[in-house]
Amino acid sequence: MIRFDTVTKSYPRNPRPALNAVSMEILKGEFVFLVGASGSGKSSFLRLVLKEEKPSKGQIHVLGQQLGTLSSRKVPYFRRNLGVVFQDFRLLPQKTVFDNVAFSLQVIGKSRGFIQEAVPDVLKMVGLAGKSNRFPHELSGGEQQRVAIARAIVNKPAILLADEPTGNLDPATSAGIMTLLERINLGGTTVIMATHDVGIVDQMKRRVIELTDGRIVRDERQGGYQTQAVPIQGFGLAGAQGAGTPGTPATGTPSIGTGVNGTEGVSA
Amino acid sequence: MRLGLVLGEAASGLRRNISMVISVVLVTFISLTFVGTAILLQQQIGQMKGYWYDRAQVTVSLCTATDSTGTCAQEEATDAQKDQVEAQLKSATLTPYIERYEFENHEQAYKNFQESFKGSSFVEFASPEFLPESFRVKLKDPTQAAVLVESLSGIAGVQSVKDERAYLDPILNMLNVASYAAIGLAALMLIAAALLIATTIRLSAFSRRREIGIMRLVGASNRFIQTPFILEGVFASLIGSLLAGGAVVAIVHFFVRGYLVKSVGATTGLVGVDDALIVVPILVAIGGVLAAGSAGVAISRYLKV
Repeated sequence: MIRFDTVTKSYPRNPRPALNAVSMEILKGEFVFLVGASGSGKSSFLRLVLKEEKPSKGQIHVLGQQLGTLSSRKVPYFRRNLGVVFQDFRLLPQKTVFDNVAFSLQVIGKSRGFIQEAVPDVLKMVGLAGKSNRFPHELSGGEQQRVAIARAIVNKPAILLADEPTGNLDPATSAGIMTLLERINLGGTTVIMATHDVGIVDQMKRRVIELTDGRIVRDERQGGYQTQAVPIQGFGLAGAQGAGTPGTPATGTPSIGTGVNGTEGVSA
Repeated sequence: MRLGLVLGEAASGLRRNISMVISVVLVTFISLTFVGTAILLQQQIGQMKGYWYDRAQVTVSLCTATDSTGTCAQEEATDAQKDQVEAQLKSATLTPYIERYEFENHEQAYKNFQESFKGSSFVEFASPEFLPESFRVKLKDPTQAAVLVESLSGIAGVQSVKDERAYLDPILNMLNVASYAAIGLAALMLIAAALLIATTIRLSAFSRRREIGIMRLVGASNRFIQTPFILEGVFASLIGSLLAGGAVVAIVHFFVRGYLVKSVGATTGLVGVDDALIVVPILVAIGGVLAAGSAGVAISRYLKV
C-alpha cells in the first residue's frame, strides 16, 4: 500500500534532514499512528505520501505507483485515491456543510446526480445527517472535523491521512472522532494518523510508528504512545540516532534503554 | 456542470476584484488603441504607396516659352527635341526600367490642373501655355527613378526630370515614424497590461487560496483549477480590446472619414471604416492571447506540485 525505501527528505538551508533514510511499509487496511515530537518528520512523511514534496533520496510507492515517476499532470488523479484531514479542518467558511463536501466532488468532475446521492450518505455516516445546511461557524469543533472527514472520504479513498485531527478538540470529542476513524478503517480504508494524543494512542492499541529527528525509532504492533515492548526496528537504528536531542519523548522510552539524559548509553 | 462551476468561479473572482479588473480593462483599452492606431497608420502608408506609386511616376517636363530653368532658354520645346526625348525613352538602355509612358500636351495638362485645384483661385491665373508639356513615365520599379533623372536631365528642351515619389516620401516617412512611435508606446503599455493582469490574477488566487488548497488536496486537475483565473484575465482584457476596437473604428469614422476627408478633400488614398474593422479582430486576438498568457504564468505558481 505505502512503501518507503530509505527515503531522505532535506529542506533547503537546513542541514538536518526532516526524514533520514526511512524505510517502512504500511499494508492495506492498517490503522497506523505516527507519533513523535514536533519537527520529528511526521508532517513531512504525510506530505511525501501525498506527493506534495519530493524525497531528496529514496523511493516511495503508494497504491502501486512509484511517486518519483508520476508526472505532475497525473498527480491530481493520484490524489483522488487519498483523503486528508487536518488539525485546523480547512473548511470553506462561506459554504454550507453540504456544499463543503460537494465541492470536493464537483472539482473532480463528478455528476450532479452522484453528488446528490453521495453527500447525504457520507454526512449520515459521520453523524451530521441533520446539519447539511449549516455553515462551518455554526458547528462545534468536533462537528467541523466530522465535515472535514466527510469531505476526505466522500470519494471513497483507499488511504486516509490525518494530521493531528484531534489536536484542537477536547478528549470526549476526540474519542468520537476516533470512533469514526475506526469505523472508516473497518470499511477497508487504510488510516494513517499523526498525533500527539497519548490517551488515544494508548487506548486504541494499533500499530505505532515513532519518529525522532527524521528516523523511525520504533515500529510496534498494538503499541502505546510510549513503548512497553521491544521495538521492531532494532537497537542499531535507535543507537545510531543517539546524537538526537535529549529530552524528546523518544529518548525517554525505556525499551531503547536510555534515560532522559542517557541517550549516549546505548551506543556506549 | 463543470462548465457552470468554472464560469461561476470566474464570475465571483471578477466581482471580488472589481477595481483591479477595471484597471486591467483600461490599460488594455489604451494599449490596444495604440496598437490599432499603429496598424492603421501602416495600412495608410500601404494605401498611399499603392495609390501614388501606381500613378506617381517620373515626369519629364519640357520647356515652355516662359521658362529659363534646366536646358530651357525661354523657348517652347521643339518637335525635334520632343522626338529626341522619346527616342531616349525607347532606347535599349532605358526600356528595361520603363513599364509605359505617355505624353501630356498643354491642353491635357491644363485640364488635369483644373481638376486637381478645383475651387481654388490658382485656376483663374493658369492658362494652357504656362503648363509644360511632359512625358509621364511609369517605372517597373519606382525606386529606379534616379537612372531616368540622370539620363534625361541633360537633353535639350527638357526643363526638369522629377521623381514624383520624392514628394511623397517625406509624408510616408512621417507616417512611418508615427506608427513606430505608436508601436513603441503600445509595447510599453502592453508590458504594463501583462504585468497588471498577472498581479490581478495573483491577487485573485491569493484571496481564493483556501479553495485552491482544497482543490489540490482532493485532486482537482490543474486545468480545472487554473481555468477560472485565466478566464477572469481574458474576460477583463477582452472588454478592453473591444473598447479599443471601438475606439479605432470611431477614430476612422469621425476623424479620418469625417474630418480629414472634408478638410483635405482627398477621397482616395485614406483608410476607411472597412480597414478599421479588419483591425478589431486583431486587437481582440492580441488582448486574449496576452491575458491568457500572463494569467497562466501568474497562476502556475499556485499549481506547482
